[in-house]
Amino acid sequence: MKYALGPIQYYWPKQRVEDFYKRVALSKVDIVYLGETVCAKRRELKTQDWFDIARMLQDAGKEVCISTMTLLETPSDLTMLKRYCDQQEFMVEANDLAAVQVLSEQGANFCIGPAVNCYNPQTLALFIDKGLKRWTMPVELSRDWLVKIVTDPILENKRQDFEVEIFAYGNMPLAYSARCFTARSENRSKDDCKLCCIDYPQGRIVNSQDDNQLFVINGVQTQSGLKYNLINELKSMQGIVDVVRLSPQSESTLELLDQYQANEFGDHPIALDRAQECNGYWHKIEGMRAV
Amino acid sequence: MVIDMELLCPAGSLSSLKAAVDAGADAVYIGFKDDTNARHFAGLNFNDRQLQQGVEYIRQHQRRLHVAINTFAHPDGILRWQAAVDKAVAIGADVLIIADLAVLDYCHKRYPDVEIHASVQASITNAAAIQFYVDNFNVKRVVLPRVLSIHQVRQLVKQSPVEIEVFAFGSLCIMAEGRCYLSSYLTGESPNTAGACSPAKFVEYKETSSGLETHLNGILIDKFADDEKAGYPTLCKGRFDVDSERFHVLEEPTSLNSMSMLPELMAMGISALKIEGRQRSPNYVSQVTKQWREAIDNCRAAPDSFKPSPATEQCLSHLSEGSQTTLGAYHKKWK
Repeated sequence: MKYALGPIQYYWPKQRVEDFYKRVALSKVDIVYLGETVCAKRRELKTQDWFDIARMLQDAGKEVCISTMTLLETPSDLTMLKRYCDQQEFMVEANDLAAVQVLSEQGANFCIGPAVNCYNPQTLALFIDKGLKRWTMPVELSRDWLVKIVTDPILENKRQDFEVEIFAYGNMPLAYSARCFTARSENRSKDDCKLCCIDYPQGRIVNSQDDNQLFVINGVQTQSGLKYNLINELKSMQGIVDVVRLSPQSESTLELLDQYQANEFGDHPIALDRAQECNGYWHKIEGMRAV
Repeated sequence: MVIDMELLCPAGSLSSLKAAVDAGADAVYIGFKDDTNARHFAGLNFNDRQLQQGVEYIRQHQRRLHVAINTFAHPDGILRWQAAVDKAVAIGADVLIIADLAVLDYCHKRYPDVEIHASVQASITNAAAIQFYVDNFNVKRVVLPRVLSIHQVRQLVKQSPVEIEVFAFGSLCIMAEGRCYLSSYLTGESPNTAGACSPAKFVEYKETSSGLETHLNGILIDKFADDEKAGYPTLCKGRFDVDSERFHVLEEPTSLNSMSMLPELMAMGISALKIEGRQRSPNYVSQVTKQWREAIDNCRAAPDSFKPSPATEQCLSHLSEGSQTTLGAYHKKWK
């Protein structure tokens, strides 16, 4: 099993991002996804800064993948996307079909992130024919759904051509909007957001009126209120899943990686904190539940 | 500038289809009675006999029929989605509205002459994504999610090699459609996997000493004082707490109404206006269609002086969720 760190979903100051990846370089993680995937206004790091970090991680032996924006709305969003797709040093993760279009026109191989709708083996086969090398399943799908996809006869001769990755830890990205909910929560308009999401390194928690932790708002993204945690499901991934993705946390991300690696074969299970964690989607029930 | 703009109205039943046609819809969109359809609600949609009658009615009145096959095929269910495509073609649908790439691929290869529109559930928000659907499936039109500002829509119309359709009126989905899993997070069922958001079978209304509560699968979505009108607990329109503040964190229970922008939408070259609401009554469909037919005709005749009449505004507002309407993302300030 390989382990990956997904893109940082939150808006962190540049120094914090650089310090984080310096520690990542020394860790046992195999694959690192880099880049801003949520909001084009978040520019603490410029394109060049991301490439510098990418090279530093590559020199440290990590496989680096540049992850791209999910909701692309303007011509300048596309220009930025093309800049990331035009380089040849690193593979690119497409989080919108715009990226698939640009990359397949170039004949480049690519990864597909969890916000691209791929729900069946026929769609996956179509992406493989265009150059897909690694696919992260949409977060709302179950193990059962995944097994049906990867064991479908139409993929029989293609299974060696791509890897399957699962979003396994963190607040799941559940929705994207035109509206910035963090700005709204501070009574600001999006145009006048003052990049206030930088004050919330792990997003803002949304509770129901009876104190259930429902969602986390992170700019234009809405995340699950509970953290998805598949640490005790790693054994059930053997033979189906190639890469386990952890989403960077404001604290203790690399300790988490150690825990995951220790429990790869189920030897060191950790009981879920049901007030904070869930794993329902994997078990084909409501995402917010824990089994 | 006079352009051809299609008024595309919803029909969740044969009565609604007739109501839309009678009130002046240029085209009507429908779905089948199964999970190939993103308005897969109990009691809605067309069985085979109703379908046949619907098609006949459309033909008699020389309108167009769009069939929405706009959910994502399940991993062991592609044959069901392909069968829905076959059926839509067999009944003589003018247009198939499709979201899933596998279903698009099937339709395009099997029926190269059938007109395909990329559904709003395909979540297409930029020119490169449009090109993907044009190059791969020869789609003739793209339906935009309700997340773009009017300026962004205008830019896209200019860049797009195919027709652009936008939502004009009805429930306001505030997330990029086709990319929202909030419903399955709380209930296990989402528009993508089950064809419904915040499904009715999970809804519960509870009378308590402190007011009426609405729940979705046991989760408190909102609580209403005696003088407040309780809305359906669509989960993104609930009142929640952020720190100590309680408010509509994601969106108020309002509806989209873009009628005041009609001259702009027409001038920029929008090909079709979609009215949301296959789950609504024939009476609703009739009234909304009538108002929009009149507005489009008036605007076409005199775009410079067009303004919705107070009576029209009042009628549409009365028909809307919470009696409130908004320009939504079309208006930049909404964001």
